[in-house]
Amino acid sequence: MIEMLLYDPNVRWVVMASLLLGLSGGVLGSFAFLRKQSLMGDVLAHAALPGICIAFMLTGTRSMLWFMIGAAIAGMLATFGIGFITRHSRIKQDAALAMSLSVFFSVGVVLLTHIQHHVRGNQSGLDTFLFGQAAAMTMSDVYLLATVALILIAACALFFKEFKLISFDPEFAKGIGLPVAALEQFLMFLIVIAVIVGIQAVGVVLMAALLIIPAVTARYWTDHLGHMVVIAGAIGAFSGFSGTILSTLAHHLPTGPLTVLSATFLFALSLILSPKRGLVGKWLSRRKARMLLVASDHLEQERAFVRGGG
Amino acid sequence: MSGWWIMLTGSLVAISCGILGCFLVLRRLAMVGDAISHAILPGIVIAYLLSGSRDSLVMLFGAALIGLVTVFLIQWFQNSGIPSDASIGVVFTALFSVGVILVSLYTRQIDLDLDCVLFGEIAFVPFDRLIVGSVDIGPRAFWGLLLCFLLVATIITLFYKQFKLCSFDPALAAALGIPVAFFHYVLMGLVSVTTVASFESVGAILVVGLLVVPPATAYLLTDRLHVMILLSAFIGVLSTVLGYYVAYWLDASIAGCMVAVAGVLFVLAFLFSPKHGLMGRRKRLAKRMAVTV
Amino acid sequence: MIQSKAPLKVTDLSVSYHDKPVLEHISFEVPEGKLIGIVGPNGAGKSTLIKSVLELVPRLKGEVTFWGQPYKRVQKRIGYVPQRESVDWDFPTNALDVVMMGRYGHLGWFRRPGKEERRLALESLRMVGMEAYSDRQISQLSGGQQQRVFLARALVQDARIYFMDEPFVGVDAATEKAIITLLNDLKRQGKTVLVVHHDLSTVKEYFDWTMLLNVRLHAFGPTDEVFTPSLLKKTYGGRLTILEQEGKMSLLTN
Repeated sequence: MIEMLLYDPNVRWVVMASLLLGLSGGVLGSFAFLRKQSLMGDVLAHAALPGICIAFMLTGTRSMLWFMIGAAIAGMLATFGIGFITRHSRIKQDAALAMSLSVFFSVGVVLLTHIQHHVRGNQSGLDTFLFGQAAAMTMSDVYLLATVALILIAACALFFKEFKLISFDPEFAKGIGLPVAALEQFLMFLIVIAVIVGIQAVGVVLMAALLIIPAVTARYWTDHLGHMVVIAGAIGAFSGFSGTILSTLAHHLPTGPLTVLSATFLFALSLILSPKRGLVGKWLSRRKARMLLVASDHLEQERAFVRGGG
Repeated sequence: MSGWWIMLTGSLVAISCGILGCFLVLRRLAMVGDAISHAILPGIVIAYLLSGSRDSLVMLFGAALIGLVTVFLIQWFQNSGIPSDASIGVVFTALFSVGVILVSLYTRQIDLDLDCVLFGEIAFVPFDRLIVGSVDIGPRAFWGLLLCFLLVATIITLFYKQFKLCSFDPALAAALGIPVAFFHYVLMGLVSVTTVASFESVGAILVVGLLVVPPATAYLLTDRLHVMILLSAFIGVLSTVLGYYVAYWLDASIAGCMVAVAGVLFVLAFLFSPKHGLMGRRKRLAKRMAVTV
Repeated sequence: MIQSKAPLKVTDLSVSYHDKPVLEHISFEVPEGKLIGIVGPNGAGKSTLIKSVLELVPRLKGEVTFWGQPYKRVQKRIGYVPQRESVDWDFPTNALDVVMMGRYGHLGWFRRPGKEERRLALESLRMVGMEAYSDRQISQLSGGQQQRVFLARALVQDARIYFMDEPFVGVDAATEKAIITLLNDLKRQGKTVLVVHHDLSTVKEYFDWTMLLNVRLHAFGPTDEVFTPSLLKKTYGGRLTILEQEGKMSLLTN
């Protein structure tokens, strides 16, 4: 069945694109995770809506390129807003995130409903925006998606060293003369791009998931950033692959949620089985702590005995 | 007439959210509100499948239960060493996916419009009437939300001091014998119930806006918690009323306009609040500089 | 009857964070009416000791009693001052309100703070020299003033034993003096005070009794007997340099 599907060149391309999208989501998500910005993807994905709407209103076409430009501008505005609010008032990060998410998104909903009521013809529905429909992508969308995902991965490979440093120790990075602020903006920009190409395939909420779940899952298996990025990328790629296949097999089921559930499945497995941080591993180490305690009890008694019966 | 019902219903959502949101903002749980509003989707769908109607207590409990499960899972992952933002992200996206798949699977059995669940359609509120005996006593959503508001107001008033101390200094609260975890779950349960009660009118996603934006605005305007709560409710109502007229004018989503107006009000407070606004800070800084010179 | 037992008795207490031991086999008995310093290097488990005694973090093993009774039974007679950094000082409330929070334990589930609580809170604020600031939003107080507010909140709890986590961190000299005077007043009223402390230079001056802690309990007793170069060396390992000259002891942690 799967082989048959993969003979279809269209399906092959869609699968390929989802796989690359998952891969870039996992890679970029690892850095976001380490910088404690996991929810940034969620915010950016929601914040993209008004940008997409304005792009549509200005150009009157459903061009992916214009959507990307509009969404990128909206996303950068949202990140700027979050930074500005937290720096210049007593509002904390979480509230700033939630606010820019909901306000940008509601502006998007307002624009979208306005478009739906007033503009006839070719319009992007909320459904595809929210949940994605990889099958509904045109071939040129798919090529674009694959290309962009490849560029993102290449950029991460190229700047791996720098991203590693600004994720781990921005102060030190500043000290050795790296342009930390510019690099942070650049990383954010890459995430914006990933989110925007991803919206087409898996939708808003679920693109956020692709940036979070593979990275968290990978963290269960390694303490080494290089390995983590590779594992997260692999998990993302696998999720994209299996999500698309499942969605093609079971008609009517949207790609995004299936992709996310594939990733969630791997997360759940890691949660239970990971030797160091998993439930099983934790239980073992807790038991070890108790055993050591008992052992040291004995040692204590022996020492007391040696000291003279204390 | 129907305009009044819309504004009244919207105001009830805004007040309940405004009250609860203050505690979310102060406890840095704003994104947990976002997570709950997404994660209750499977709860709504399952309850709908079980009960076959959308305005039943089953629905309310189903969703509240999923809300609490969400909070519990987030807490559990956090305790196991995952950073809080990542745990929030994992839990709500996974549950949301389950919800979307359930909707897609049972799309024939349920007459639940996903758009409607997520964005709400407050414009339809006046048409779904509640009829007692043979008397039409107004829109069903209005009475549901009134009940929800009374629940929120009663519980928060009764246990105001506990919620306050748990928000400010949970360690002391625990040391004084206040069951901190219990009140945490009560708060989150109320957030879930409010989200469910409001999803048909403002939609699950825009509830987040009303949960966070008015409280954050009020936070910039006062230094007393009870004033913050009252202000937050008032700002919510103001956003509802203004939002309704803006939506009428633009011919666009009412719920969207409500949150967008709330956003504008926040920006105004952020710029001009005498105590905590940008201008106020600048002025104070200038004064301090003048004094030291 | 209850008073005849030790205000705090800890037996074989162990706490671990995942598989890392934080406290091991801690046993001690605190005498009534003493001012006690808990001293040890960073990561020695000083704060954890307080928190596990107050059941704020789970214990792996061990028993804790206050006047011979379990914690839950005597909670109202125990006062706790958390570290100042543990709360968000941007919280919308004023100094008086924070102090009144100390009474919440006495109010039970439903009663609201009223006139009596207000009076007690104002009195406590006066005792720490902060009555002029009762209306002030808490973020507008200096570090020392914030610490005094916390102290006033502990006083209003009207406890018989107090636990204070690093009350001298980030406060000015005047506040430090005021706090220590206050602690001595409490002691004179027969109350027991345990203080997590990290400034070795003031231990001898401030505390009657000292506990030397570094995962294990290294020494506990009257300061004169415990605060000795050899015991300190044992507690701090290589992390302490002791310069002794002309009978005076200078300590350097590194």
